Amino acid sequence: MTADFEAEARALRERYPRGTTALIPILHLWQGKEGYVSQEGIERTARVMELPPAYVESVLTFYTLFRREPTGRYRIQVCKNLSCMLQGADETIAHLARRLGIEPGETTPDGLVTLEAVECLAACDEAPAAQVNFRWCPRLTPEAADRLIDALAQGDAEVVRRYG
Amino acid sequence: MGEIEIVLKDALAPGMTRLEGYRAHGGYRALEKAIAMGPKEVQDEVTRSGLRGRGGAGFPTGRKWSFLPNDGRERWLVCNADEGEPGTFKDRYIIEKKPFMLIEGITIAAFAVGAHNAAIYCRGEFLEGIELLEAAIAEARSAGLLGKNILGSGFDLDLWVYRGAGAYICGEESALLESLEGKRGMPRLKPPFPAVAGVYGLPTVVNNVETLATVVAIIEGGAEWYASMGTERSPGTRVFSISGQVRRPGNHEFELGTPLSELIAAAGGLGEGRTLKAVIPGGGSAPILTPDQSDLPMDFESLAKVGSMAGSGGVIVLDDTTCMVRTSLRLLQFFAHESCGKCTPCREGTEWLRKILVRVETGHGREEDLGLLEDVSNNINGNTLCALGDASVGVLLSTLRAFADEYRAHITGGGCPLAPVASMSAAAAGPA
Ligand SMILES: Cc1cc2nc3c(=O)[nH]c(=O)nc-3n(C[C@H](O)[C@H](O)[C@H](O)COP(=O)(O)O)c2cc1C
Ligand code: SF4
Ligand code: FES
Repeated sequence: MTADFEAEARALRERYPRGTTALIPILHLWQGKEGYVSQEGIERTARVMELPPAYVESVLTFYTLFRREPTGRYRIQVCKNLSCMLQGADETIAHLARRLGIEPGETTPDGLVTLEAVECLAACDEAPAAQVNFRWCPRLTPEAADRLIDALAQGDAEVVRRYG
Repeated sequence: MGEIEIVLKDALAPGMTRLEGYRAHGGYRALEKAIAMGPKEVQDEVTRSGLRGRGGAGFPTGRKWSFLPNDGRERWLVCNADEGEPGTFKDRYIIEKKPFMLIEGITIAAFAVGAHNAAIYCRGEFLEGIELLEAAIAEARSAGLLGKNILGSGFDLDLWVYRGAGAYICGEESALLESLEGKRGMPRLKPPFPAVAGVYGLPTVVNNVETLATVVAIIEGGAEWYASMGTERSPGTRVFSISGQVRRPGNHEFELGTPLSELIAAAGGLGEGRTLKAVIPGGGSAPILTPDQSDLPMDFESLAKVGSMAGSGGVIVLDDTTCMVRTSLRLLQFFAHESCGKCTPCREGTEWLRKILVRVETGHGREEDLGLLEDVSNNINGNTLCALGDASVGVLLSTLRAFADEYRAHITGGGCPLAPVASMSAAAAGPA
């Protein structure tokens, strides 16, 4: 899974040669493969960047998109900010939490879904706005959320293609 | 005054995300014209158009460009596509619908200021937009519209897209530059401003997505044409993102100075049987307007004059079913979460305000809490390193004034008169 990491990471360092600019792209690269950034991810990134692991970790922990815990196959981010709240986002988040049996920030025991309640996604016209694996998932009402989870659980080919 | 599409023109035309489609709708005529004019003329044209930045502060774009020192150092242009201001979704729309207009605008601006390097800093959630931009950049490069010797002019420009990783504060330009250098995105002490010491310490122009897209229209149509729209000190059009309790939320482009009521009408008006309670006119950082201000002209001066701000152009409409305490609470949770922690009033103050608002909203408010909210807010306002501090108390202070009775009713009545506490999920309330 992470076998090609070294070569790809070095290519990123060449693409962004100045300062430590390549660091965030390399962390995205690792997270894209592993789903989160483990201690191994930090250490291997540090080696490519020739930086202390503690520095890599200090940057990593500043940014909310980087996860430090194992993450589900589908990372569902539902916006809880004002425009979405006004269109029922709290209900969607509470509904998903109940249905999945987890709190926002957690992952289902089967590793299928990580649920997150996030800040404004710049999609307030499609409230309650959401993303699944960074693909747009507009108007996620509680009913739409049920349909989404059903489709993900059944491995619905179309849904897997869209969010996979 | 009214709805006019300049930046949003043909946004939904088929093929607009491909070079051929963009060119079929007049794309890249402006770049050809700019090259024929030369850098100085382009800069003068933008200055004469009166264009003001669309990122939040409304700073005149031509003037910003003129601040770059003439000291022979390499220059950079950075496009701010970190759009995260609550209620704002215009930059994402421009990126996803008209990526080439943004790229053309960046190319013209870089040509005008003599930058051979440019970056688009996109928020990390914009993965779909980033993919579109990367494909568009590749197409533009193979057509000779980016890279070496653009359109045979001798001008070179290398442009890349950078993916952020989730931090509202990285929209603040100096935090953005820190992040672009691979660091924690914390605002820098200013001066020096980015024009003097920006990315990698080099002279840098930071402009918003919509600002740069607008440059294309200005070069194509001319400064006089552009300045004939809008008001004298807020010329032209701007894209307003209208959301909240309206029937058809969406982006609409209006002449600056168009009355607020026309914007609300364009978004389908309020729901059946609802009445207007308040409007946040410039993203979650902007103090609210009340229904008696429905006809206020939406331009930089008019909004500043009434104590609010044009901000990001995000217009959030609230109707009579919405609780103002809960509205403030939601925004304070956001600001407390997004505070970078570098300065104490913002780091500590936003968290205290959030806690006090939780107790007021959930019926545990105390007599002295209203004074406390005001006091803590005033200790943040004007006392922080970057504008996030002031932003965090805009809605709170303005609702404390306009809806004092509603705050008081929460305390005397032991809870929210509008929304039963049970309907607020744990995620919405946050820890007490
Ligand atoms: C907390 C904070 C967040 C900001 N977020 C953004 C943003 O997401 N996009 C943006 O263009 N400007 C944002 N700004 C404003 C930028 O600092 C900067 O003024 C702007 O990018 C300049 O571009 P303009 O001159 O074209 O408006 C933010 C400012 C602050 C203080
Ligand atoms: S005002 Fe807040 S966000 Fe800005 S530098 Fe200070 S702590 Fe950071
Ligand atoms: S408030 Fe939810 S996307 Fe903006």
